[in-house]
Amino acid sequence: MNYAVEVENIRKTYTSEIGTTHALQDISFAVNSGELFGLIGPDGAGKTSLFRILTTVLLADGGKATVNGFDVVNKYREIRSCVGYMPGKFSLYQDLTVEENLNFFATLFGTTLEANYELVKDIYIQIEPFKKRRAGKLSGGMKQKLALCCALIHKPAVLFLDEPTTGVDPVSRKEFWEMLKRLKQQGITILVSTPYMDEATLCDRIALIQHGTILSIDTPQKIIASFPHPLYAIKSPEIYRLLKDIHAYENTLSCYAFGEYLHLIFKEENHNDELLHFLTNKNHEQVVLKPIEASIEDCFIELLK
Amino acid sequence: MHVFRDRKSLLMLFGLPIVQIVLFGFALTNEIKNSKIAVLDYSKDNVTRAITHEIEASRYFEIAINATNKNEIEETFKKNKIKSAIIFPSDFENKLYHLHKARVQIIADASDPNTATTLVNYLTSIIQNYWKEKISTAAVPLQIIPEVRMLYNPELKSAQNFVPGVIALVLMLVCVMMTSISIVREKELGTMEVLLVSPFKPILVILSKAVPYLALSLVNLIVILVLSVYALGLPINGSIVLLFAVSMLYIITALSLGLLISTSTASQQTAMLLSLMGMLLPTILFAGFMFPIENMPLPLKIFSNVVPAKWFYIIVKSIMIKGLGIESIWKETLILLVMTLLLLILSLKKFKVRLA
Repeated sequence: MNYAVEVENIRKTYTSEIGTTHALQDISFAVNSGELFGLIGPDGAGKTSLFRILTTVLLADGGKATVNGFDVVNKYREIRSCVGYMPGKFSLYQDLTVEENLNFFATLFGTTLEANYELVKDIYIQIEPFKKRRAGKLSGGMKQKLALCCALIHKPAVLFLDEPTTGVDPVSRKEFWEMLKRLKQQGITILVSTPYMDEATLCDRIALIQHGTILSIDTPQKIIASFPHPLYAIKSPEIYRLLKDIHAYENTLSCYAFGEYLHLIFKEENHNDELLHFLTNKNHEQVVLKPIEASIEDCFIELLK
Repeated sequence: MHVFRDRKSLLMLFGLPIVQIVLFGFALTNEIKNSKIAVLDYSKDNVTRAITHEIEASRYFEIAINATNKNEIEETFKKNKIKSAIIFPSDFENKLYHLHKARVQIIADASDPNTATTLVNYLTSIIQNYWKEKISTAAVPLQIIPEVRMLYNPELKSAQNFVPGVIALVLMLVCVMMTSISIVREKELGTMEVLLVSPFKPILVILSKAVPYLALSLVNLIVILVLSVYALGLPINGSIVLLFAVSMLYIITALSLGLLISTSTASQQTAMLLSLMGMLLPTILFAGFMFPIENMPLPLKIFSNVVPAKWFYIIVKSIMIKGLGIESIWKETLILLVMTLLLLILSLKKFKVRLA
């Protein structure tokens, strides 16, 4: 039993009046024990459905999955007592205080805050000043820290975090990921989903997911290394006109906006000067063109083609 | 356009008035028809037989039993089988023709004062009509003097009638509404999702949801009782312990009903609407304290049996006003008990261990 989570051909379909949505289409992967595994994909990719199936609150339409060696369908009681789950939506009691919420969840799992204080200490210290405040009145980052505390209170073997950093400010996001790294050192397997590509590099391994299918699973470094083309960043003061003109250029394979730059892939190499010449003819000024390393987002866009 | 898209609202918009008109117009009349009456005739002469016949012929009454002694009448009153009784003393005809004057005793169950007054009025007018026909042929003025006795509630206080009704209604409303929202709120806020991913048991959630409301409802009950005793001067004639015991049972019935609504709906709004429409109206209409159930058409009469408030109303009236003990209400209590168990089992079954 080396795998903390094993997923085999999991399929989930939602049928509504509008039509059928294939939330998950025969997904398979495995997460090693003690790994920080990231599910990276945009909204609607199927991340939440997958998490719900793994935390046994949703039944898959097909396929098999185990968490900590337990089958998600037959052994759901065992799974429920050994995993921590933090849903994407803030799901604590808003009218209870921070302290009351923690004690409630501790009691629910038959433990106490004191018994597992070591585990949650790092996080709890940050929200302790507000322990008498009602959970509903906390800031977004504080809410997530409290939710993480509550999910950790019973020392779970596997931790499921569904978009824990969505809607949280950049500083809190950074802090949150540092906490996850410390938890990983304590031997807890962590599955985290996020729509933010920049967070992907913080995971041990990631799965890029879109429309219910996994595009690629590997370490972030290998995924980046497997990017097939040399990548360039280009910018000018008139970025929109620049994008249009580059698209018109015959040797452009693809070009898309990426922050303040455009990311550009050529069909053939060594056309940099030719492109700059082409752009000068189109009256572009102060054009900056430089080679760069691909990011996870570039890989994602590349995989989507 | 939007109105027509929403079929449910549309159904409510047009369905509700129709249902209400039909219900209020036809089924729920305050008029009394075929009320059960007991006749105790010590005289058994032509006059008493004629009057009894008149009573039977009228559409207001239906003779339930021909009693042979007063005890029998008392008993039938206690069993809730009759609403009124008429007693002719012996030698009725003789007294009427020789003394020109005879007395007849009318007894009515005044725990429902409105019905009692109406029944007494009907009876006296039947007797008087008969007497008017007679007087035209008789030489001397004859007098039949009705002696009216209002059983259980001699002062005809209406509080006697509405306090048990209000208890039944308030407990039902508070319990059902509060609990019906409770579990649904967890579903809506998302806390149910975290709760599910924990080693708890469904029965524990249901119990922990019900117990606080049970305590609150008991406080409610005490407040109503204290108010009715001290502010309305309504005594509790029966055993208080028994009253509390059955009230507790009734509260649990209402709580389990609320839980059932809660486990089977998806949003607080639906739960609220369902408990309001599904509970308030039937409780008011079919508990028997606004509209006498006896007058309803058969289908509605049958339907009234599934309304817990109906049984509780009978129990409370029996204990508070008539001062009766468990021996006369065990049947109603048993019905409530069975209902409660059924509802609890159903809500446990309905409780989903998964989200969808």
